[in-house]
Amino acid sequence: MKRQVSWLAWLFYLIGALYFIVPLFGTAVFSLQKKRGEIGLSAYQAAFADPKFLETFLFSNVMAVFTILTSLLLIVPTAYWVHLRMPRWRSAVEFVTLMPFVIPAIVLVFGFIKMYSKPVTLFGVTIFPSLTTSNLSTNILLICAYTVLALPYMYRAVDNGLRAMDVRSLTEAAQSLGAGWGVILWRIIMPNLRSALLSGALLTFAIVVGELTIASFLARPAFGPYLALLGNHRAYEPAALAIVTFALTWVAMGLIDLVTRGSQGGAMAGAR
Amino acid sequence: MATTLPATPRRRLTWTWLGLAPFFLFAIFFIFLPSASLFIDSFRTVEGEFTLANIAGLFAPPIPESYWLSIRISAFTALGGGLLGFMMAYALTMGNLPRWLRPFTLTFAGVASNFAGVPLAFAFISTLGRTGFVTVFLRSVLGIDVYDAGFNLYSFLGLSLTYMYFQFPLMLLIMVPAIEGLRREWREAAENLGASTWQFWWRVGLPILMPSLLGTILLLFGNAFGAYATAYALTGGQLNIITIEIGAQMRGDVLRNPNLGYAMALGMVAIMAVCITGYTWLQRISERWLK
Repeated sequence: MKRQVSWLAWLFYLIGALYFIVPLFGTAVFSLQKKRGEIGLSAYQAAFADPKFLETFLFSNVMAVFTILTSLLLIVPTAYWVHLRMPRWRSAVEFVTLMPFVIPAIVLVFGFIKMYSKPVTLFGVTIFPSLTTSNLSTNILLICAYTVLALPYMYRAVDNGLRAMDVRSLTEAAQSLGAGWGVILWRIIMPNLRSALLSGALLTFAIVVGELTIASFLARPAFGPYLALLGNHRAYEPAALAIVTFALTWVAMGLIDLVTRGSQGGAMAGAR
Repeated sequence: MATTLPATPRRRLTWTWLGLAPFFLFAIFFIFLPSASLFIDSFRTVEGEFTLANIAGLFAPPIPESYWLSIRISAFTALGGGLLGFMMAYALTMGNLPRWLRPFTLTFAGVASNFAGVPLAFAFISTLGRTGFVTVFLRSVLGIDVYDAGFNLYSFLGLSLTYMYFQFPLMLLIMVPAIEGLRREWREAAENLGASTWQFWWRVGLPILMPSLLGTILLLFGNAFGAYATAYALTGGQLNIITIEIGAQMRGDVLRNPNLGYAMALGMVAIMAVCITGYTWLQRISERWLK
């Protein structure tokens, strides 16, 4: 029964594998052909030599770091509190973390521009000035939007991490030794969540660094809009940068694999 | 974060609530209020009076065409990507393939499902564009000119092929654990009763996997429906899917009525909400069987 399906399985697998590989291979070959008639890295050299590349890439990385910090600050205490004290609120919190799947990035940034491009007033009192007028406040808006995009992934990572430990006992033990909430979170919960946090952070990084929609509508000098612009008037450099981005995503995912495998240890080893 | 434990039960209650306050405040200010402000104004005229004209405007050309194109592309890539992803998941779990393929393929799928947006569009332009690698290869080696044959990367089929690159790995990632949830005993029981492979899948395997399959296809549908960056970078805004139309409206009020643009966003969110609700509901059903 199993023997006869094996060739079919290989066929299915090969179709999928070709779909994975052909565009990558094609892009890689294409990116090496900038100079007519020879294979070389000149497209990569040209792409990296553009000062705008480094500028926008750095900007996006800084935004990614701030996004990761903001989401950690927001989600770790929340998820911890839900586990410890407010389990009834779990579904409400999960509902909120699913919202980015319901509200696509283009609608989110539409709402941001509508709401925050003029001062926000509540009952006639201004609570925010217009946030799109200065670079700093627009960057903050961008970080908040990215934090929203990262919400489902980050929450799931932290929640899984918390499920894997005994939150209540750890907390009670720490409390009986005189630790306050800050100490508990920073020195007990965070270290135990290390691999979960790292995988959430890497995923966030992969989402944020090449992001186009929100960065372009908030007019930020980020890597995604730079790439899109480059694609309009160059042929080989975009291919080169696509390969570089893919390699970066690969590194991030590979690290996630490595990190989460370490935490599960025996379970993964048993499957081999 | 307080550094001391609250002293009395009454104060403790207040603190308990406060623990979730930052999260919900953030959600209100950066998810709910911005979206609500769009939705409220889709029921208003520019002067601020209540109207249903914007919602009615969604049914006047050219807006239904955009929705319809988005829906067709999303359905096509959800079904196509779903089929391909399921076949590959089946091959990996049931096909007796070498073990080492598995972790490798799953990591690859994790990467590919996150490889969306501008770089993905570039990859497909370099592969299937007019001077792309595969196009040139087919023309020079096999003598087939796909563009002469009517193929165009910047069209329905081209965009769909591009979307499938992140669609089918997602299906694969969700279906592998689902298929593994099918218990060995069910299969053995079916075999002992004389069922063929085909009968096992048709009568046992597929019915149990069905909620999970349908749910994931809904998720893929929403995944494609909300995509903007890939389509924008690939077609430069020429293919009038709904996200591209909303983008054009944001850049320069092409509809000459900002509130109609808000109604378009509302329509999108309504469709996405149906997909995600369906997905969560079906996922819950499938968890009954597959633990």
